Amino acid sequence: MPDRRPPSAVPSARPGGGAVPAPEGEALLEVRDLGVEFVRRGAEPVRAVDGVSLSVRPGEVRGLVGESGSGKSVTSLAVMGLLPRRSSRVTGSVRLAGTELLGMAPKRLAALRGDQMAMVFQDPMSSLNPVVPIGTQVTEVLRTHTDVDRAAARDEAEDLLRRVGIPDPRRRLRDYPHQLSGGMRQRALIAIALACKPRLLIADEPTTALDVTIQAQVLELLRQLVGETGTAMLLITHDLGVVAGLCDDVTVMYSGRVVEEASRRELFGRPAHRYTEGLLASVPRMDAPRGEPLRPIPGTPRDLLPWSRACAFAPRCAHADRACADPDLALRELQGLPAGHLARCAHPALPESAAPVTAGVGA
Amino acid sequence: MSAREAAGTASTRPAEGTDDDVLLRVRGLQVHFPIKKGLLLDRTVGHVRAVDGVDLDLRRGQTYGLVGESGCGKSTLGRAVLRLEEPTAGSVELDGQDVLALGRGELRSLRRRMQMVFQDPMSSLDPRQSVESILTEPLRAHGVPGGPAAWRERVLELLEVVGLPASAAARYPHEFSGGQRQRIGIARAVALSPDLVVADEPVSALDVSVQAQVVNLLEELQDRLGLTYLVIAHDLAVVRHISDVVGVMYLGVVVEQAPSDELYANPLHPYTLSLMSAIPVPDPAVEDSRERILLTGDLPSPANPPSGCRFHTRCPFRQATRCHDEVPLPRELAPDHVVACHWAEEVRDGRVRASSASHDPTAVVADERA
Amino acid sequence: MSGVHLPPAGGPPGAPEADPPPGTPAELALEPQAEDERGTSLWRGAWRRLRRDPAAIVGAVIVGAFVLVAVLAPLIAPYAPAGAQWAGQVTPSSVPGPSDDHLLGLDSFGSDLLTQLVYGARQSLVIGVVSTVIGLGAGTVLGLLAGAFGGWVDVAVMRVVDIMLSIPSLLLAVSIAAVVGPSATALMIAIGAAQVPIFARLLRGSMLGQRGSDYVLAASSLGLRRRRVVMSHMLPNSLSPVIVQGTLTLATAIIEVAALSYLGLGDPNPTVAEWGRMLVRAQDRLATDPHLAILPGVCIAVTALGFTLFGEALRESLDPTFRR
Repeated sequence: MPDRRPPSAVPSARPGGGAVPAPEGEALLEVRDLGVEFVRRGAEPVRAVDGVSLSVRPGEVRGLVGESGSGKSVTSLAVMGLLPRRSSRVTGSVRLAGTELLGMAPKRLAALRGDQMAMVFQDPMSSLNPVVPIGTQVTEVLRTHTDVDRAAARDEAEDLLRRVGIPDPRRRLRDYPHQLSGGMRQRALIAIALACKPRLLIADEPTTALDVTIQAQVLELLRQLVGETGTAMLLITHDLGVVAGLCDDVTVMYSGRVVEEASRRELFGRPAHRYTEGLLASVPRMDAPRGEPLRPIPGTPRDLLPWSRACAFAPRCAHADRACADPDLALRELQGLPAGHLARCAHPALPESAAPVTAGVGA
Repeated sequence: MSAREAAGTASTRPAEGTDDDVLLRVRGLQVHFPIKKGLLLDRTVGHVRAVDGVDLDLRRGQTYGLVGESGCGKSTLGRAVLRLEEPTAGSVELDGQDVLALGRGELRSLRRRMQMVFQDPMSSLDPRQSVESILTEPLRAHGVPGGPAAWRERVLELLEVVGLPASAAARYPHEFSGGQRQRIGIARAVALSPDLVVADEPVSALDVSVQAQVVNLLEELQDRLGLTYLVIAHDLAVVRHISDVVGVMYLGVVVEQAPSDELYANPLHPYTLSLMSAIPVPDPAVEDSRERILLTGDLPSPANPPSGCRFHTRCPFRQATRCHDEVPLPRELAPDHVVACHWAEEVRDGRVRASSASHDPTAVVADERA
Repeated sequence: MSGVHLPPAGGPPGAPEADPPPGTPAELALEPQAEDERGTSLWRGAWRRLRRDPAAIVGAVIVGAFVLVAVLAPLIAPYAPAGAQWAGQVTPSSVPGPSDDHLLGLDSFGSDLLTQLVYGARQSLVIGVVSTVIGLGAGTVLGLLAGAFGGWVDVAVMRVVDIMLSIPSLLLAVSIAAVVGPSATALMIAIGAAQVPIFARLLRGSMLGQRGSDYVLAASSLGLRRRRVVMSHMLPNSLSPVIVQGTLTLATAIIEVAALSYLGLGDPNPTVAEWGRMLVRAQDRLATDPHLAILPGVCIAVTALGFTLFGEALRESLDPTFRR
């Protein structure tokens, strides 16, 4: 399938600064210092996302990793402009191919959604309309954003379903979501997301609700699509295995802030933040020798310190000490690690040769 | 660390016990659910064969891991073993006692010897009960001697065992995090010092960083209390870690069973092979280099399972003969390693190779990649 | 962290899993949890939310005032409710208005209007509460049977309930009145019977929802007796919507009492004050003395509003999605 999009995006002026990794290629999505606060009547505003910066280049997959409450899904919703306006305050900047999305008129933003950027959600059953046939849901998107006529839209929908690996697509167009299996529904959802050949695809836990063999199919499909069409993809997940297989770069979030950012091999090879390190160590692995107890991170993701006081992970961290109480703990490059590998940690796990940048006060 | 290690070797020792050591023996177990139609007069129009003939031996003090995808019948099997679901046929023996023959009252008193840990700790705890009342309930139901004072002692002891502070007793489930709730669920399951604990997806609802805590807790309790586990999970890495013997289920039957290390080192059944190749590993080097066997299509309906080998509609190793018309019987190809596949030896020796184009009509992805 | 046996979360007692790891200075520790030693049960949580809800407070004040007036009627009312003591002062064209003796004036039969209103509250409360108790009680029993046993018991009970639902409550009231004669008892039975299907269906639906839930399965896996599973797990978790409905039903019951009295199906004893009947009596003088109709009308409306407000607030505070 030919790509009808111009080969390169409009170059966007990128402010110089630490958080942007490898320089080749212009970022399609550029998130700077994103903050999201939820305001409720009669309650203190809750800061769900704080100072998040990340970028995704065309043809690249950026993984956004975190546990419940880390703010990863809120970040994606903020990028799509899907947070309720009344109860949330979004600050910072979100640029898609140089165009600022925050503060954009709702109508213009809606026109971008589905056309320039699309989203795939975790639960395909609840994000498909149960009373509308699959075919209509696909053609609806096509006809909203392009001026194809009904017949052409139908043909294109059929083609899309075939591309995402739904067998007998002509017949499936008339099917309702409940007539499809979980894997097929997720494929249909991806077909809808891809209908207008978006330049940015945000996938929020796209395979969490699926079985492993089906998950492998869907991941393979996503991998192909990104490779073929040069779509930029932001993949949100808690599954480190999925990240290892699919992502080029990874951003790790904890309690609303980015704690580590690195290329995939860097992150898994030399995790610097103690949270990332602990997370990788606590997951049982198929290829590790058996019989040793796992090394869990103590506590739960709920045991937090507000970032304004210290590292939020400190209450669960074995290396926490006075230096972690620094409210201005920055995401920074570390000696001994390549450029582009950033961590927000006072006592990072570093290769033995490298000395920590900050002299630890010592416990 | 030493206590752990000693315990670890104890629990990972190969199956050296005699047959007398078998705590749970399951033979030919079937659970079929009728499919009913009709508003006033229910007509049975078919059966969902959720579990369709499973044999299983679980030795005392060991852990049997049951893996499979959703809809393969593994949870139903777990419940049928505890008779929370009435089996259609077959037998279940706990310590030589026929569980399926028991009357209501006898079954109730047997329940103190077999307990269950649930997947979702929030929904399996009554939201209106305090932790103390949750943990006292089994003690009261089985008339554990000592009365309220002794029960309260026991509750505090249980909390300590699962790593919760004594102050947790007065609190309610919604005041805890997921991992803590699962600890309460586990405390309830071990309150009566059971022999057998069936754990249905005990960690899959928890945050990644908390899963390891619960896995370690389960292992530690096994050593401390001499528990025997039947662990049901879809996460092969967790199952491998925790189990001595692993059974792989597909569409109501166990297709392969072997000691944990053996199974992961030498998987023989094509389904096990594809399952293991599908699991994402948190290591880019492994992810980039591994050979993936992509299964095509979806799980067939358990109401109408395929003829012959149930896996033949999706099997990448499918052969022209036997697979579609002859039910493969379990065969022991290595010590304690049982496989139900006609071509297991050929697959193992590389004489039969995976084809990317299977006969399934849903093979589009594979076709495109080929 | 040293090689501890127990997962470190279990550390020294304190706030659950909130203990700072060793080596963490005090200022890094989390604030102690503000909650008191006693845990917050769902009922306590609901009560806490209820207290903060302005609608609940308004509703509770109205309901409280109504109950107080009803209970203390003999102390509040300026006269005995004998009725028609001042019939002589009433003329066909007018009734005496407010005066020092009669704060709200007289009604068309020559009774003190204030006294009538105050005792009317009593009548409404008694009939409303008794009929709701009848409806709630019978409905709960039926719903419990259907929800706990399921199967053919469920089918049988729900058919009965469907049949009850298909009879208009008015028709039911008229028939009952025809059999036992118009009386307060007939009124209570009629209104109560009309409410039975609502409660039965509500509880059954709620119980069926609980039946498949994990904690019910967990309770049976512990070896609890079936009766205990039903009574101490399924029933308490199914009651919230029934309690809310009960409060809301009190409002409709009070309106229905008035409506049925208006139709002449109430207590035949003319000396018993009743808001509905006061409306009937005011009918002839609507043009000249509208306050005779307006005052009992307002009483009915405000009381019903009070129960509705309180019921809705209760619903919100008990809603599980509001938890935590």
